[in-house]
Amino acid sequence: MAKQLIKGNTAVAEAALRAGLEGYFGYPITPQTELLEHLSARMPELGRPFVQAESELGAINMVYGAACTGKRVMTSSSSPGVSLMMEGLSYIAGTEVPMVLVDVVRGGPGLGNIAPAQGDYNQIVHGGGHGDYHMIVLAPASVQEAVDLTALAFDLAEKYRTITCIMMDGSIGQMMEPAELPPMQPLRTEIPDWAVRGAKNGDKRVLTSINLDPPAQEVMNLRLMKRWQEIEANEVRYKGYFLEDAEYVVVGFGTAGRIALSAVRAAREEGIKIGLLRPITVAPFPIDVLDELTEKVKAFLVVEMNAGQMFEDVRLVVRGRKPVEFFGRMGGVVPFPDEVLTEIHRLVGTPQTTEGSPRDRWLARLAETIG
Amino acid sequence: MTEMICAGFGGQGVLTAGMLLIHAGMKQGNNVIFYPSYGSEMRGGTANCAIKISEKKIASPVIRQADIVFTMNAPAIDKFESILKPGGLLLVNSSLVDENRTYRDDIRVIKAPVTDIAGELGNPRGANIAMIGVLAASTDLFDPEFLLAQINDYFEAKGKKVPANEACFRKGMETAQ
Amino acid sequence: MTLAEVPTRIVYSRPEVLDKRVTHYCPGCTHGVAHRLVAEVLEEMGEVENAIGVASVGCSVFIYNYFNIDFVEAAHGRAPAMATGIKRLLPDRTVFTYQGDGDLASIGMGEIVGAASRGEKITVIFLNNANYGMTGGQMAPTTLPGQKTTSSPYGKDAARFGKPFRIEDAYSGFDMGYLARGALVGAANINRAKKMIRKAFEKHMDNQGLCYVELLSPCPTNWNLAPLKAKDFLLEEMTKHFPLGEFKGGDAK
Repeated sequence: MAKQLIKGNTAVAEAALRAGLEGYFGYPITPQTELLEHLSARMPELGRPFVQAESELGAINMVYGAACTGKRVMTSSSSPGVSLMMEGLSYIAGTEVPMVLVDVVRGGPGLGNIAPAQGDYNQIVHGGGHGDYHMIVLAPASVQEAVDLTALAFDLAEKYRTITCIMMDGSIGQMMEPAELPPMQPLRTEIPDWAVRGAKNGDKRVLTSINLDPPAQEVMNLRLMKRWQEIEANEVRYKGYFLEDAEYVVVGFGTAGRIALSAVRAAREEGIKIGLLRPITVAPFPIDVLDELTEKVKAFLVVEMNAGQMFEDVRLVVRGRKPVEFFGRMGGVVPFPDEVLTEIHRLVGTPQTTEGSPRDRWLARLAETIG
Repeated sequence: MTEMICAGFGGQGVLTAGMLLIHAGMKQGNNVIFYPSYGSEMRGGTANCAIKISEKKIASPVIRQADIVFTMNAPAIDKFESILKPGGLLLVNSSLVDENRTYRDDIRVIKAPVTDIAGELGNPRGANIAMIGVLAASTDLFDPEFLLAQINDYFEAKGKKVPANEACFRKGMETAQ
Repeated sequence: MTLAEVPTRIVYSRPEVLDKRVTHYCPGCTHGVAHRLVAEVLEEMGEVENAIGVASVGCSVFIYNYFNIDFVEAAHGRAPAMATGIKRLLPDRTVFTYQGDGDLASIGMGEIVGAASRGEKITVIFLNNANYGMTGGQMAPTTLPGQKTTSSPYGKDAARFGKPFRIEDAYSGFDMGYLARGALVGAANINRAKKMIRKAFEKHMDNQGLCYVELLSPCPTNWNLAPLKAKDFLLEEMTKHFPLGEFKGGDAK
């Protein structure tokens, strides 16, 4: 199929539909709304359920019910709406039913703004909802990558009976780029054994997240954690650029990673031996490759559109063995490649330290820039 | 890489203009990106989009310094003239902008009465196409005939053949020359 | 004729769909009666193998332990949303929620109103005992004016906490398949309540929209009343605020 110009939100909606989406439940919120709008037209065309819920709280709980039928279901929202969904996400994780969440991230906290941001990393990657659970989190850096990750998101959710989140910055949702959409897949016909359907001959199924007996709940927790270990072992995805001979490495995901790549290319043209690690699965985090790089390189620079949320995960892997510096823009401000290049020059041109707080140093620099 | 802002009143076709230009850019084998104003930014009747056309991969959807600012009304000039690089190109719809208005002296300004042109040619919605004609004549971004063919392609693919567009495009070119 | 020779006829037995086990409900509570009525209706309608229940958070959180049908367990108040998701994906199934007054009339008000306004084709069984039973008897939107609870120790002040929440007022403008209130004390009331439940499920399966039955239930434990006194309180006090009857979709009598 030929490439077409398509908006990220629309592309993900259409890709989900073609991956066999059987039920969609959502609520309008900028910058995600085109996703809901596209499905409001396409799902009825194909005779598949679409519901605009009364709230994100309603939407996620509709998805919860729908997921219990074992069908391919999803919802989408943007940061404040996803905050509202956290209750349902924890229940869904606790019930071990698969679903896909698309979070088109905007500036916060609070009502914030509708510009692109990456401030949802902590609430998506490190919980948000209560209890011990993990979601698989995919972070695309282009419209095409968002399309390609959509079918994968469903496959992974079903393979591990888990939530997969496509966490894309508002810019990926709003911008239009050439992308090739996948062909239409037939709907799945088999129903997973655990799904509710109506109990024949008393063979009933109960889907719940409640377990009043702590030892039994702990067994369930252990099962979830073991499954997560399996996901960590099998499902890490990332892209490395110029890593072979890199003395310095920039780490960034999504739009920040894409912008950093441009700066890394410019630095390479200047003869700086620098590479880029762009996690595609920010959860499971690409720990092994980062650990290997730590042995090889002189220092890291983490670039994000937040105050250093993934930065903490990088530091956990690097464990003080090498300096890790940070550069971020917050509140919906998108960094420019030359800002990242300036940070690369600083990283390469001045002695780096593992002492002190990289975040404090960054905040001091930022305060000078933006007052 | 060419970085460009298209801005004007809602209904003047500035988003369509941006779409047409990246469609032609894509057909020319370039990387392209289109990033519209959205949500509450669109309230109050103004619209704009950022577009980039490049042989290399495009990093950011956001524009800090534009090569070209394609405006269809005075508020768009108020908002985006300052974003132009020194030596950049400002396209002005002189049908709707005070002729005594002053501009930065380090940029190139081309004025064309595109609303009047479109009206006179009986295609009032074609002012954006006329301005694309102005753009085609005043830059070497596209071969004008290729661009015109891509514009026709784009509308035909949507099932909306608009023969008057060609006249608007050519008249825009003529005005700029 | 000896006793052994008297011909016997079974007039009363446990519905097959109810599991043979003792419930966790308090003495004098009528959750068990409500379960039984729902079970009888599902059996009589032949819907047992087609039914999917949505349990809520409250005393009836373990309802799925008593029914031999498929069940899911919702977050507090969200049962109508979850039922919406199931019904939309499996439109030919009998999908019902079973909720208490804290769950439905307080934390879940958004979800039930959303489902009612969409005309979601589900049945809602709403058990009203005028307090939060599971958490130990706190004030609910259904608590009567002056009623003492563990969070209204001086009696509920209606001027500050509102009058009892009444379905006939709240849903008066909605198109619904059925809306009725019954009570689970006394044989006549219980028989009438069963008819209401049957009508709700029938109209629900006839796609007439959201069908909703409120059932007044005594809560002797949290009302601090002996079961018989609790029954009297329900009939004498509670029904003053919560009149019994059909409000939508009822047959003219």
